[in-house]
Amino acid sequence: MSIEFELNGSKTKLNPQPETALLWVLREHLNLTGTKFGCGSGLCGACTVHLDGQPIRACITPVSAVAGKSVTTIEGLSKNRSHPLQKAWVEAQVPQCGYCQSGQIMQAAALLESNKNPSRDEIVAYMNGNICRCGTYLRIIRAIKIASAKVNEG
Amino acid sequence: MKKPDILDNHTPRLSRRRFIAGTGGFTFMISIGGLINGNWASANEDSEGSKNKGSNITVWVKIDSEGTITILNPSAEMGQGSMTALAVLIAEEMDADWSKVKVEHSPIDPKIYGRPGWGGRGYHMITVGSFTVSGYFKPLRQAGAQARYVLLKNVSMKWKIPLTELKTEPGMVIHSASNRKISYGEIASFAETIKEIPEIPEKSLKKPGEFRLIGKYVPRVDIPEKVDGSAIYSMDVNVPDMLYATILRTPVNGNQPESFNEKEIKSMQGIQKIVRLKHGVGILGKRYENLISAKRRLKVKWSKGSPAEMFDSEKILEGYKNIVGSGKKGGHVLNQQGDADAAIQNAHRIYSSDYFSDHVYHAQMEPLNAIVSVNPAGDGAEIWAGTQSPSGAIKAVAKLLGTNPRKIKLHPCFLGGGFGRRSMSDYIVEAAELSKTVRKPVKLIWSREDDFQYGAFRPMCLQRLVAGLDADGKLIAWKHSIVGDGRRLLSSGAKIPFYDIPNQHIEILGLSHGVRLKHWRAVGHGFTKFAIESFIDEIAEAEGVDSYQFHRQVMHNSPRALKVLETAADMAGWGRKPPDGHAFGISFAERSGSLAAGVVEVSLEKSSGKIKVHRIWSSLDAGIVVQPDNAVAQMESAIIYGLSSVLSERITFKDGKVQQSNFHDYHVMRISDAPEEIHVKIIDSNESPSGIGETGLPITGGAVANAVAALSGTRLRHLPFTPDQVKKVMKS
Repeated sequence: MSIEFELNGSKTKLNPQPETALLWVLREHLNLTGTKFGCGSGLCGACTVHLDGQPIRACITPVSAVAGKSVTTIEGLSKNRSHPLQKAWVEAQVPQCGYCQSGQIMQAAALLESNKNPSRDEIVAYMNGNICRCGTYLRIIRAIKIASAKVNEG
Repeated sequence: MKKPDILDNHTPRLSRRRFIAGTGGFTFMISIGGLINGNWASANEDSEGSKNKGSNITVWVKIDSEGTITILNPSAEMGQGSMTALAVLIAEEMDADWSKVKVEHSPIDPKIYGRPGWGGRGYHMITVGSFTVSGYFKPLRQAGAQARYVLLKNVSMKWKIPLTELKTEPGMVIHSASNRKISYGEIASFAETIKEIPEIPEKSLKKPGEFRLIGKYVPRVDIPEKVDGSAIYSMDVNVPDMLYATILRTPVNGNQPESFNEKEIKSMQGIQKIVRLKHGVGILGKRYENLISAKRRLKVKWSKGSPAEMFDSEKILEGYKNIVGSGKKGGHVLNQQGDADAAIQNAHRIYSSDYFSDHVYHAQMEPLNAIVSVNPAGDGAEIWAGTQSPSGAIKAVAKLLGTNPRKIKLHPCFLGGGFGRRSMSDYIVEAAELSKTVRKPVKLIWSREDDFQYGAFRPMCLQRLVAGLDADGKLIAWKHSIVGDGRRLLSSGAKIPFYDIPNQHIEILGLSHGVRLKHWRAVGHGFTKFAIESFIDEIAEAEGVDSYQFHRQVMHNSPRALKVLETAADMAGWGRKPPDGHAFGISFAERSGSLAAGVVEVSLEKSSGKIKVHRIWSSLDAGIVVQPDNAVAQMESAIIYGLSSVLSERITFKDGKVQQSNFHDYHVMRISDAPEEIHVKIIDSNESPSGIGETGLPITGGAVANAVAALSGTRLRHLPFTPDQVKKVMKS
């Protein structure tokens, strides 16, 4: 079955088995390995990507569900790490092992799209599906605050 | 979309070709014990086992004519930041301009890149126990100082002036008398090798006051590529012509596959090969998604009779009471001083408490995986893996293939978390065995469920503590018995070197249950320090003495430890009234040679039994801290990892089978349960560095238990303090 969708701004056409999780299509068929496999059950958020701007878990999204839609992965978030969140992530020295951070940043990017100035409680509620085993949570909050301040400065 | 050739572009691999083809430049080969010169390419060949045999030779630093300094990192980077810290050590002593430094993985050759082992036994490339920075501190500063010497010597020969008239500023050699200076890049373009480079005496190394990089803020070199998805973990490696693999492993450790529906599975879409292993059945194919479906359909009849079948963790843990109470002799004694039994018999007051703890799981975010390509002859292999023990992995694969370790090449990748789990090589050997069978590269991916089911856990145990006090309320006797499986995993942290108690008996009463156990962040310190710090607090409470003051009294002989404790207490304002419905708890612990203390502020929702940790004030004495911001990050990390285990993590077994399978029934801390604030204060020190990556963890259990006791009068003696467990204790 042929599936067409927009991936990081480019038209993409594939012939996967339609029930294949988007995660494996991205990672193993298309070699976009920034999106990570963590749990396979939508429990950890490491595979978070945007589907038409909304954060979804690629590990439990069949590729058939993205047909005709637009998918953005960490590779498509910005050119040259220029997204305010990526800059803030470096400034706050957030990542440790780093494995969950693509998912964290994609989740946070969706938050800032819908809420330019989230409170601490709003950040915590929105980010609660993304596990960081290295425990970088306080720096994640700090970085989202930094990015939000930059975005609001214009 | 082009599939990049991973061999050339992605893996931070040290290919010989790359260095030969590189720009003209200069390389310093510096060994841990001495120094020999040569060029980078030949040294790299040596590490690949082709030429220039000889031990104790290494290459740490390359400078190209543009002035870019490439420093090799011999440790595993799993988030702890040593990739940056080790490069800082070399760069500091060679006076490198940090903005020109690049860091690459070193080849895996312990004789060259290893750090001195315990007790002087050989050299190791293993990243465990928070030993990396402390173990490499001297050798790499020496390596940096020797590199600087080579630069100075070359300039002194070129300019025909005495070396002693030269000095360095970052990236520059300077001759003040003639007002000349020259950059390291320029030197590299004419520098010659120098036959004998002296060991630089320790007194000629920089004094702490002269450090430009050590102890300053240096951003981690691995962070930029971790914010755009370009950092490469082994999970991200693809090699041409590879097959994916999954394994269905025995649910009970030790049993073996007897028969399975091979025909049915073989006929499924995309399945190329089925391999019977000792502990499971491997399925291989071109597409990973096909393997997931096939594994679901795979039906295996397992052999019976493994001792682990009898293992019902809850019942057996309960039964440990009979063992500790049986007066059984012949335990493994960890410390014996004075006569603890006699002192307890004669004590004015005696206290005793039992503490339990369940198994816990590493839960590193990147499930285990490895890519192994065994060559057609079956006598060599390439490995792509994130491993804490590269030399161990090479040995294990060489053993499997019956070949020389020099025929195994390992390409180190970033680790998506290690925490001790990746110090085992089981997942790499599995991939090697599958690749050996099919003679193709194999990418073996463990599912999260596999990672749980075939986990190797921090062992459960029971600890009984008995103490005797004299008429003045002074602790004079201490008995600590630990019952459980995994001896060396249980003993860690049981000793109390900073507590002045004259009569001590600390022992392990060991058992074997046949289940898989392994080092876990801070090893046994998580539960031994929980028990020790809870017990100290319980005694203080019973004696009517403030816990902090009681700690101080027991620690009176250890000024360095006292300062750590007092710092944390001052930070928290110990003694002040906590906010309504909150309480404070304090604890102290040493780990990997470092000292830490913490005060936590908790509240407790009585209806649900849920504990909330609001704030933590912690202090750290780790000697000279190479990267202060990263040290704070490691404290934050270890505290959260510790709190997670203390509040919610629990693995149980029934009939030898692990009962938990993913993050829905094994709860690791999420952002909503993280403390609102973690304050860390690093104590200034000029002592040699000690470990940091685990030091925040052991203080968590005791501090939380003590705070909950202060708040509610409920004494929690069983890790983890899940809401159910808390409610149960409150009722009883």
